[in-house]
Amino acid sequence: MHRSAAVMVCLLLLPLAMAGAAEPVKIGMITTLSTRAGYLGEEIRDGFRLAVELGGGRLGGVPVKLLVADDGRSPGKGRRIAERFIRRDHVRILTGLVFSNVALAVVPLAVRRNVLVVSPNAGPSLLAGEGCSSNFFNVSWQTDTLSEALGRYATERGYDRVFLIAPNYVAGKDNIAGFKRYFRGTIAGEVYTALGQADYAAEIAALRRAKPDAVYFFLPGGMGINFLKQYAQAGLQGVIPLMGPAATDGRLLGAVGEAAVGVINSAQWNSDFDNPANRRFVTAFRQKYGRTPTLFSSQGYDAALLIGSALRAVAGDVTRTDALRAALEKADFQSVRGRFRFGRNHFPVQDYYIRQVVKTGDGSLVNRLRVRVFTDHGDAYADRCPMP
Amino acid sequence: MFILEQLLNGLQLGVMLFLMSAGLTLVFGIMRVINLAHGSFYMLGAYVAATVTMHSGSFLLGMLAALPAAGLAGILVELIVLRRLYQRDHLDQVLATFGLIFFFNELTRMIWGRQPLFMEVPSWLAGSVELLPGIRYPVYRLAILLVGVVVALFLYLLFSRTRLGMRIRAGATNRETVAALGVNIRLLYTLVFGLGTMLAGLAGMMAGPILAVEAGMGDSILILTFVVIVIGGIGSVRGALVGAILVGLVDTLARAFLPGLLRLVLTTAAADRAGAAIASMSVYIFMALFLALRPAGLFPVSES
Repeated sequence: MHRSAAVMVCLLLLPLAMAGAAEPVKIGMITTLSTRAGYLGEEIRDGFRLAVELGGGRLGGVPVKLLVADDGRSPGKGRRIAERFIRRDHVRILTGLVFSNVALAVVPLAVRRNVLVVSPNAGPSLLAGEGCSSNFFNVSWQTDTLSEALGRYATERGYDRVFLIAPNYVAGKDNIAGFKRYFRGTIAGEVYTALGQADYAAEIAALRRAKPDAVYFFLPGGMGINFLKQYAQAGLQGVIPLMGPAATDGRLLGAVGEAAVGVINSAQWNSDFDNPANRRFVTAFRQKYGRTPTLFSSQGYDAALLIGSALRAVAGDVTRTDALRAALEKADFQSVRGRFRFGRNHFPVQDYYIRQVVKTGDGSLVNRLRVRVFTDHGDAYADRCPMP
Repeated sequence: MFILEQLLNGLQLGVMLFLMSAGLTLVFGIMRVINLAHGSFYMLGAYVAATVTMHSGSFLLGMLAALPAAGLAGILVELIVLRRLYQRDHLDQVLATFGLIFFFNELTRMIWGRQPLFMEVPSWLAGSVELLPGIRYPVYRLAILLVGVVVALFLYLLFSRTRLGMRIRAGATNRETVAALGVNIRLLYTLVFGLGTMLAGLAGMMAGPILAVEAGMGDSILILTFVVIVIGGIGSVRGALVGAILVGLVDTLARAFLPGLLRLVLTTAAADRAGAAIASMSVYIFMALFLALRPAGLFPVSES
């Protein structure tokens, strides 16, 4: 009788004991791992995981469990994963978003249910202006801003005539708009290509004929690789300066090779930034993965640190959404990019830099920091965000 | 001058499309199989060429490895998968070969990873030459044109001058009779399929230095390839050649000149946007118009 009573008591206490043993906080990562753009999600995931690993399985001292799912760049799939994470796994924090179209499907669904979303990459204008949400945070940049930095740089360099080339879709037009917002010269030509176009011979012949002072291109992923190779083969590399937003991360440099030397690009971070947080990140990343981190992995890492800072503030109790949100807003973490804070629309207010691809003494290609073009720069849509 | 350069660009795109569509049209015309996975052999050719070139430092070795690799892969696919599909209807074939696309894309990701491979123009084909005063053209693109001419010549001789070519043509016209005459039609099919995939591999290999060598690279060119064989007449290699050059020219010239032409009647911004939209549709509009006039394509293969 005594024995069975003791067993009963133990059984009754078991759930309590388990709850007390600090069950890890689940973080849902919806990211793009398949398709041709899959390396972007891979970089973000690896950066995020590194932060968790450096914390000994914890973020902000709170044990976390990262659930990773591949959205295949498809909004529908992203939405289904979000449903699953929220309903079945009771996830209160989502991250990982790479592409704007997936973000536009996932974010409204999540924020409606008071789930917090921290985007390490996707930052469409639709979520920055009237469509902003108190539950959505972007830790990278609003899509237009990298191109704004290039527009400002082209103006400062005194480029009078610039030729623009971008794919005919939303992000292409956003980027061109961003460039024009800060460029004071004249547009020597403006070409919209098909999304996923492989051959750029016709466009390159057209831009050669226009004789511009510089060429601006926004061609993400494989399109950029194709374009850079063909631009160099046409004998234009080093003849007409080429610039593109975040165009040349380390992965792309490996595929393009020397055809990328000289390309001017804009970013909020570079691997050689000399601050303690970045030194630790770059060293640990190289050690763990055997490659230099890219802009995207730095964003994944920062997203993890940001979430960690908020988890610390609520001591791991993610049901306290208001406190968690308030802690995220403070952005109380050491970003690898240096200074960082959120604007009223929860998009970054930060510095933007111009980098250029150079060949080092040992023959490897790296991005070298050139100049800072914006200090404490927010985005053009923040004013339209109704958040207080 | 500008128009001449764009004509060359169009021709060169046409040659790439010809290499792809020659194989596809053969397979369809002779074996009556719709092979959606044709682009996978293009990708395979590029991957093998890039890998061998990277490790050996020799573009020619890469080429020598890529062609048999694509051909052998084609023969294996024919033996393992397609053989079971000849008697089925086209929908089954489409489903199976569509599945093969996913299989090969994932396979390349597993073997080579997600990082696109690096492949550059060999030094002896690098740089550009001045064709006419004021027109500099990349040597490598001229080399692609040359390869296209050589392959077209090779296929012409193969079909018109050799016993194998004769059997292939006969097999296309009436396979039962050819089989009854004692020709091993199964072996013939395997060879034709291998030849087709080898040509796709050649196209992929030559695209390597120009394009990103990445999983899924064959998917985008595949659609244009189908447009080519529909315009050329399904099953006709001659049709594939003419169709490919027409499609290459239409696509390139539309991209080069449409926005400029539209600017004569529209505002610049509207012209740029409409021009881009119409240019990317131009090939399909061309196909639709063409089929309205000649529903069977340029050189229809007469069926028994």
